[in-house]
Amino acid sequence: MPKLIIDNQEIEVEDGVTVLQAAELLGIEIPVFCYHPKLSIAGNCRMCLVEMDKSPKPIASCAMPVSEGMVIRTHTPMVKKARQGVLEFLLINHPLDCPICDQGGECDLQDITMAYGSDGSRFNLNKRAVPDKEFGPLIETAMNRCIQCTRCIRFATEIAGAPELGAFGRGEDMEIGTYIENAIRSELSGNMIDICPVGALTSKPYNFRGRSWELSRTLSVDVFDAVGSSIRIDSRGREVMRILPRRNDEINEGWISDKTRFAYDGLKYQRLDQPYARDNKGRLKPVSWDEAFALIVDRLQHIPGDHIAAISGDMVDLEAMVALKDLMTAIGSPHMDCRQDGVVVGDGPRCSYLFNTTIEGIEKADFCLLIGTNPRWEAPLINARIRKNYLATGLPVVRLGCDHDLGYPVDDLGNDPLILERILKGKHPVSAALKAAQFPMIILGQNAISRRDGPALLNVMYQIADKYGLIYDDWNGFNILHTAASRVGGLDLGFLPGPGGHGVKEISDAISRKHIEAVYLLGADELDMEALKNAFIIYQGHHGDRGATAADIVLPGAAYTEKSGTYVNVEGRVQRSLKAVSPPGEAKEDWKIIRALSEKLGFILPYNTLEEVRERLVDVNPLFEELDIVQRAPWTPFSSVGVVSSDPFESGIKNFYMTDPISRHSITMAKCTREILGGAPHVLHPREGGDPEII
Amino acid sequence: MSNPPKDFKIFEFSKENKAKIELILKRYPEGRQASAILPLFDLAQRQCGGWLPPSAIEKVTEILGVSLVRGYEVATFYTMFNLTPVGQYHVQICGTTPCMLRGSEDLKRVCKKHLGIAEGETTEDGLFTVNEVECIGACVNAPAVQINDDYFEDLTKETFLNLLEDLKGGKDIKPGSAVGRQGSAPLEPPHERHPREGGEPGDA
Repeated sequence: MPKLIIDNQEIEVEDGVTVLQAAELLGIEIPVFCYHPKLSIAGNCRMCLVEMDKSPKPIASCAMPVSEGMVIRTHTPMVKKARQGVLEFLLINHPLDCPICDQGGECDLQDITMAYGSDGSRFNLNKRAVPDKEFGPLIETAMNRCIQCTRCIRFATEIAGAPELGAFGRGEDMEIGTYIENAIRSELSGNMIDICPVGALTSKPYNFRGRSWELSRTLSVDVFDAVGSSIRIDSRGREVMRILPRRNDEINEGWISDKTRFAYDGLKYQRLDQPYARDNKGRLKPVSWDEAFALIVDRLQHIPGDHIAAISGDMVDLEAMVALKDLMTAIGSPHMDCRQDGVVVGDGPRCSYLFNTTIEGIEKADFCLLIGTNPRWEAPLINARIRKNYLATGLPVVRLGCDHDLGYPVDDLGNDPLILERILKGKHPVSAALKAAQFPMIILGQNAISRRDGPALLNVMYQIADKYGLIYDDWNGFNILHTAASRVGGLDLGFLPGPGGHGVKEISDAISRKHIEAVYLLGADELDMEALKNAFIIYQGHHGDRGATAADIVLPGAAYTEKSGTYVNVEGRVQRSLKAVSPPGEAKEDWKIIRALSEKLGFILPYNTLEEVRERLVDVNPLFEELDIVQRAPWTPFSSVGVVSSDPFESGIKNFYMTDPISRHSITMAKCTREILGGAPHVLHPREGGDPEII
Repeated sequence: MSNPPKDFKIFEFSKENKAKIELILKRYPEGRQASAILPLFDLAQRQCGGWLPPSAIEKVTEILGVSLVRGYEVATFYTMFNLTPVGQYHVQICGTTPCMLRGSEDLKRVCKKHLGIAEGETTEDGLFTVNEVECIGACVNAPAVQINDDYFEDLTKETFLNLLEDLKGGKDIKPGSAVGRQGSAPLEPPHERHPREGGEPGDA
């Protein structure tokens, strides 16, 4: 462990740490442009020059590893002059268009020039002009502003696994671009906007919409997949202006997917802002809250309690779910399900439905088997972690299922689920690999276990995990990859069929046999609404999507940016989002709607404030008390029955950019579908009596 | 056999070049084959008549297993790879200081005037492309011009124009010094060298 002195302070750091990192540990700030803690070192901007004793020239601290006895000075006349010189060179070709630049106010070059630059330029010739590039529907380019730090190139190559960006030409003529001008094909491309230290890459949807100092910042949690990325919601007034990632090394490391970042414009379209009720002509008509509740009470009092079912959707917070669960229990109905896609996990112990390895744990793995999953679309940040491990250690990844480009080499076993049984019997090369690996992990996709033979698949998985030692000490290589943000929370809460209760798969049958006459959909849109049509449907949610279209009564709820909610991510990490803006119109926070309805139905739920709902949550499951840490589940045996079918696995997500009511109504996501995936134009849901709007 | 494809839409290495590639790849340690990108680009450029079409870049990156954009970065970085077609004779006039002091500006001017093209352009008959390049390392015999793989040194306006005319006429031309200098030997025999004026070397 070398010891060195930086600005007269002694520090001992680990081998391989750079001077810049050591200075950071001491709280000494060194300005940088090309250095980024999550990317490889380029050392080309020269902004981080510092003085080192016995060196005649200043050194680039980002690229210099520490060594014993080094003496570094960061505040000397030489360093000051070096920084001024570097900035003067960088600004030679940088346009002075800060007043019309979206980066203004949050620009590294602006800030660093203010802090370290000189007061004028000696350059009186024309600046170079660089043509702007076309990077697709998400990234706006202004390449005159580019300072060639190459962060975007390194991000695309190293993190996103889409080596499409490069630096072409040399010297003063160097330009950043793509080989063939096209949209960048990565689900993480938006992160380039964040890492660009200047205004060369900015957000296209946010282009000229706002200034950073006008925005209120709310720290929150993402709900577009089950990863639960840490995000920051920037809002102005009642409008969400943009979504940015927060650095959280245990989950998203400071990256977010493009859907998380850009689907927020879907929050502005086709929102439910007041209650609706279907009239006798079969049309949805606006009604007041009281009328809506009265209609519900009127219908439900003629229906026995155990003839009412509740299904909760993929973006629902735990507060709403616990309220609905309590209401259903009070009514006397055991028919509850939070698994609208019909997956079979949840009946067993907690370890049977978690991503037990944890996201950070992926980096430790030395063998990975993917079953019926496309992590690139189902959880782009989990895919990025697998890729990170592949880059660092050459992690062998083996896949059983559909062929998708994941951004790292994958050994395909084909698409026959029966291979799993051969692996279990030790008759397949993977058996030996699993046995030989020290930290093996298996990831089973949510779509795989929603198949008819899901229980059998889960059972085989369990036996493989048990037989090949996937679980020992604190290593657990058994993983279920959910795609729904509310799924693990719902299972932890027990929003599941009670004794004699019908799950999602049996509900349509139960409706046809008149065992179920009313269905309460809490943000549940990914269902076959045709199967529910003979029941009285109450839909509570935030978008006029599939559920509202089929409903008899529509209750307007709040989207994830409009309420403080609790979610449990795929690892079993309980997280809380915060309210950034108010729900539109008469829409209300979801648990409050259910609480109000309970009173009308005569089963008053015993909580009146958010705090009381959360106390109730902790009563139901003490896990919900501990926030932000992974609460690992002990490995407990479980089993299920069935026979694995030979039907091939199918892709769970057909279109990454449109998976839920919010992203389906996002114009940005529609553009991505068309320009990146080459899909057909998106048709918004027709308004009442109107023509479908084609965008 | 029809005419060879002019736009090189699909590039394929010739049989001889494929054999050469095998040899080139063996020069690099296992797993470092991507380092062969420069010799392979050179091979492709020669096969295509002096320029590197996009399909050749694609082919080379495919052989070496590197991403397309990395190949394109390399090809645009090195000025010796021509990304647009060049004439049969690629005339590269050195414009760096020693050649400039010895008259390369004149060479450039008369050359462009004689051929009737601007820098970077190709004559209509497809014979000549003229470019100014940075130091080609023949300062001692400045001014120097590189035409395809050969150097022509100690040029004057007249000898340079004669050279261009000879090339146009399809005559045999002799690379090297235009004044008959052997290698970079001094023009006069050593004993006739004038003694240095003002005393011993280093007195300044």
